[in-house]
Amino acid sequence: MIANPKISPWSVIRHILLIAGAMVMLLPFVWMVSTASKPPAEVFSSELHLIPRHFALWENLQVAFAKANLWRFLLNGVIVTVSIFALQVLVALPAAYALAKLRFIGRNALFALVLFGILIPPQATAIPVFLLLHKLGVLDSYAALVLPFTISVFGIFLMRQFFRNVPDDLVDAARMDGISEFGIVWRVMLPAAIPAVTAFGIFSVVAHWNDYFWPLIVLNSEHLRTPPLAVAHFRNAEAGTNYGPLMAAAMVIIAPLLVAFLLAQRRFVEGIALTGIK
Amino acid sequence: MLLMLLGPLAGVIALSFTDYQLGAPSLHWIGLANYHEMFADKVFWTSLRNTLVYVGIVVPGAVTAGLAIALLIQSGTGLRSLYRTVYFLPVMATLIAMAVVWEFMLHPQFGLVNGLLREAGIHGPSWLQDRATALYSLCAIGIWQAAGFNMVLFLAGLVSIPKQLYEAAEIDGASSAWARFRLVTWPLLRPVTTFVVVISGIRSFQVFDTVHVLTKGGPSKSSEVLIHTMYTEGFEFFRSGYGAALTVVFLGFILLLTLIKSRLADRGVQYA
Repeated sequence: MIANPKISPWSVIRHILLIAGAMVMLLPFVWMVSTASKPPAEVFSSELHLIPRHFALWENLQVAFAKANLWRFLLNGVIVTVSIFALQVLVALPAAYALAKLRFIGRNALFALVLFGILIPPQATAIPVFLLLHKLGVLDSYAALVLPFTISVFGIFLMRQFFRNVPDDLVDAARMDGISEFGIVWRVMLPAAIPAVTAFGIFSVVAHWNDYFWPLIVLNSEHLRTPPLAVAHFRNAEAGTNYGPLMAAAMVIIAPLLVAFLLAQRRFVEGIALTGIK
Repeated sequence: MLLMLLGPLAGVIALSFTDYQLGAPSLHWIGLANYHEMFADKVFWTSLRNTLVYVGIVVPGAVTAGLAIALLIQSGTGLRSLYRTVYFLPVMATLIAMAVVWEFMLHPQFGLVNGLLREAGIHGPSWLQDRATALYSLCAIGIWQAAGFNMVLFLAGLVSIPKQLYEAAEIDGASSAWARFRLVTWPLLRPVTTFVVVISGIRSFQVFDTVHVLTKGGPSKSSEVLIHTMYTEGFEFFRSGYGAALTVVFLGFILLLTLIKSRLADRGVQYA
């Protein structure tokens, strides 16, 4: 369309505006890395400088790892997010298959309930679910972190929409071959649904890695803490005295997701944008 | 299976009519007493007002910012994916960790924000520790975090607008970029905009993380919000019944927003 390769004035303005906005967006990240690399004397100086004079990132990381058991908290984060996702898929796939491909009485009513369930925010059911876990005596455990999230109505909805586009002939052919209904779910539907499962997985892992509300409510023990809880406790314990290590700890906590995001941006943006449907 | 979801929902409504406290041997049906107490409580009204102020600032802020970024990115071809990545970064990063970073940036004495203001000769306030600014500081963090998310939704909406419509508008005399925006982009984007506004509203109503870590609703309740009040009553004082009543109010607002969304979606105009 544009005949001459000359840079148009609008293109320059566009870049200037976008770069200015990007600087605001990135500022907290830059300042976090900068502070994490400064020794205390430089952190507590009222004169601003971005590049530390003494590079102390390594020392700050050491202090952070010594004061808080960060490896353990990262491991907790992995255990909790992976278990939640695995159980969600285990529940959502058969449920979605039933809602999409099987004919039974009340199917539409059930699907309407799923749609209604998507509307309910997690905070709304926190008190009864907490009381239930209390009655079962499983508060302050991995189970308390994982169990309430095993049924993801959103996951069921997403898979169901995806399964509807899988041709019926494929299902019928599998039945002819004598594959059981559960066999169809895992051997025919799952391979077809990999893109949807991936997107849902990213959505689920990001949501639960970053979740603060639920772990805060059900956990007491230090060794079970998830990454966000660990940062919050670190911050409360240090009470504004040790910003270098605190920023180093914050870096460690956000690093896994950020690295994964930078490696697979398109998939992540798609996965998170799914929340929009929610 | 859906009992897992509807059970608790019915439970929370039923609980809101009782005096149950965690660990109490029994519970009594006390009718509307929790609601009477709530409506007579100044903290509840402060909390509700602050939540509405928060939503009232973050929603327009984050929606406008998201739309502006999306339009800017889409208006050219250079570095599109780089910009998208950068603006999306705050959405991905663990909010609690970034809240702690913001706290240090807003530190009255050693923070970056007041340091920059000092360079400009302005004496900055103590942001999160000041009654007058605490809630607005939290709003700023909220907008910073949500803008990139809205941008992605708007970008998806912009891509789906047929190119021919712009060409047709140009032939019909809509020569300026503003005219094309007003005549083509804005009307066609309206369903997406409604959707983004409602989603942002629902997400802002749920604000909790930044409040709990940075201000605990203070100073003197100036940044107290609904979910934080519910958390304090339900999980710190273990007054489950009263906490449930607060939850019901919160749910009411969420369902109201959803209702508005489906109403507006039904009225959607078809251009295709």
